[in-house]
Amino acid sequence: MSIGDYIRESQVWKSIFRHPAPVDRRNRVVVMLTNFFLHLHPVSVKQQGIALSYTWCMGGITFFLFLVETITGVLLMFYYRPTLQFAFNDILALRDVTTLGIMREIHRWGAHSMVITVWLHMYRVFLTGSYKPPREFNWVIGVLLLVLTLLLSFTGYLLPWDQLAIWAITVGSNMARATPFLGYEGPGALLLNVGGFDLITSGSDARFLLLGGRFVGEGTLNRFYILHCVAIPLVVALLIAIHFWRVRKDGGISQPL
Amino acid sequence: MLEHHPDLTAAVIYGLGWAYLLMFVMNAFWVKRSYDVDGNCHMFGQAIPMASFWALYAAVLGMVSIAHLTGSDNPQSFLIRMPDAIKDAFNAASDPRTFFALSTIGFIVVIWAREFLVTPTMGWILLNLSCLYLTLSMTDYDFRQIVTKPDNVPIVGMLFIVGFFTWLSFNRAVENDRRVAAGQPIREREKNEKVLVWPDLVYSELICMVALTAFLIAWGIVLQAPLEEPASGAKTPNPSKAPWYFLGLQEMLVYFDPWMAGVVLPSMILVGLMAIPYIDFNKLGNGYYTFKERPFAIITFMFGFLPLWVAMIVLGTFLRGPNWNFFGPYEYWDVHKLELLNNVNLSEWFWLDVMQRPLPVAPANSEWYVQFGYILLRESVGILVTLAYLFLLPPVMAATIFRSFFQKMGFIRFMVLANLMLFMASLPLKMVLRWAINLKYIVSIPEYFLNL
Repeated sequence: MSIGDYIRESQVWKSIFRHPAPVDRRNRVVVMLTNFFLHLHPVSVKQQGIALSYTWCMGGITFFLFLVETITGVLLMFYYRPTLQFAFNDILALRDVTTLGIMREIHRWGAHSMVITVWLHMYRVFLTGSYKPPREFNWVIGVLLLVLTLLLSFTGYLLPWDQLAIWAITVGSNMARATPFLGYEGPGALLLNVGGFDLITSGSDARFLLLGGRFVGEGTLNRFYILHCVAIPLVVALLIAIHFWRVRKDGGISQPL
Repeated sequence: MLEHHPDLTAAVIYGLGWAYLLMFVMNAFWVKRSYDVDGNCHMFGQAIPMASFWALYAAVLGMVSIAHLTGSDNPQSFLIRMPDAIKDAFNAASDPRTFFALSTIGFIVVIWAREFLVTPTMGWILLNLSCLYLTLSMTDYDFRQIVTKPDNVPIVGMLFIVGFFTWLSFNRAVENDRRVAAGQPIREREKNEKVLVWPDLVYSELICMVALTAFLIAWGIVLQAPLEEPASGAKTPNPSKAPWYFLGLQEMLVYFDPWMAGVVLPSMILVGLMAIPYIDFNKLGNGYYTFKERPFAIITFMFGFLPLWVAMIVLGTFLRGPNWNFFGPYEYWDVHKLELLNNVNLSEWFWLDVMQRPLPVAPANSEWYVQFGYILLRESVGILVTLAYLFLLPPVMAATIFRSFFQKMGFIRFMVLANLMLFMASLPLKMVLRWAINLKYIVSIPEYFLNL
């Protein structure tokens, strides 16, 4: 008995993989049903539904990039401290001295790539009419995922705490100041006052809520850090699960049922 | 002689040499393909393979590449660079108007000439032209400064990728439209048996993951993530830019106030995207590429994505410099560049120029409703125009050009579609009004932060 067979016949191996290797038709079906990671897929698909020139693979790449971002992001969290005292210097150290500081490069380029691949995924879904019945609602979830991807990228942009970061966030968040009714420079904000007392001021408007202060400062860094590392990824993970689940339930990525 | 801002340095020449070498290799493969596929053309009474022209082109690329890789000792006298005359012409011709006009015309050409453009040979020519434009432009100092900023590199890549996939989708759409016209089954219905996910899909996923990981690591090694000076709230950079994917929105700030450009229009984009499946009543084109079966949907979506989103990001990233002034692609970002702003509001034009009288102003210390009335009077033209745009135009659209849409969609769905389209059209309309008659605001009520 070869060593390979010995391992495959052992109780440990069989407890993990309940079936023989997927080399014949029966076991290729079974592996899709019994493996947790593979069961996201159906057992069989239409040939054209997986043709690369048809799907462009962009949804899958987006998901893979999300995983890359999660892994590199967790590793970066071991080094990075989101305070005014440490934030910039930690990134500097990642660049100059930390072993595997390249995680930051991969994280950043992966983030930019993810924004682009989300757009291209939507582009493909639109051009193939894959949002048409019965997949209308999954397109809506996809739009939400687009928003969250942009927000993930936006909140992460602040964390290096350099000039590029704070001014990009300042410019981006200045818009919130002009939110109708809820921003203190927005139309209608003056109407929201009680007995001559303004409810919407620079200390209580939408921008203040976003930044945790009147300008981009320590409160913002903390807020964006938590949004970036915990809050948004949790929501994204949930929506991705629903998105994938609905692809299965709606009968594949494309084509009428 | 030492130039302060040298067009060429030894490192640039060397890097471009590798780029040309890559293009040489790509085209060498293309020669093989052309030899197998393209056949001959007849010249001088002889049959000459089309591939020979590609071979000639590839040979030139190879020589250019060798010239770069070996000739970097003397950048001053190095010949291969973007000619100054072309650079000056580009700079002189570029302003937001021509940029938007050209991107719109380019979009129309792509739609109109799609059958001509989607052949592999045309695609290859377009790819080569854009590569040549990029490599030649990289010889310019100012161009290089902007394009090689670390965060801008992904945008350059995105342009190539978006161009490629647009080409690919049209390639398949044109093929399907041709098949439908000839009564043949479309490509997505041919050879469409069910196959097992293991191995057909999981293996391509695995290969894709490995390739992508290698790609990201290589990218991370070659290009360092940007890190500028430590943050300082006191030192405002000029220009201050949002992250690149929001620069289309930042560009809208030129034409709209923040409450429109930063809040209302982005919200409308998202609402509009989510509404697409519910307002598109066309049952055709579900699960295959086509253009002729859903031209309205594809033109509208592509117009929103290509000229109004991607091109605006290019404009905001590469062509907007200090003070958000417009700069040509080869122009130095001069902080002191002056642009005259003599924009007028619709109300000013109406009262001062047409009526020949001053703007109505409420008497001092009057009650709030008197002031409010005067503001309404002052802005009455703009308010009427806006109301007509939002409430009069949809019924007119329903009764005229969109009659068949209205009949198929019903009242509510049509009104949603009409309003979304009007919001989408408001950006190009406002741009054209700004350029044509220097219009600043249609409705201008700074008293309530309500400028439109």
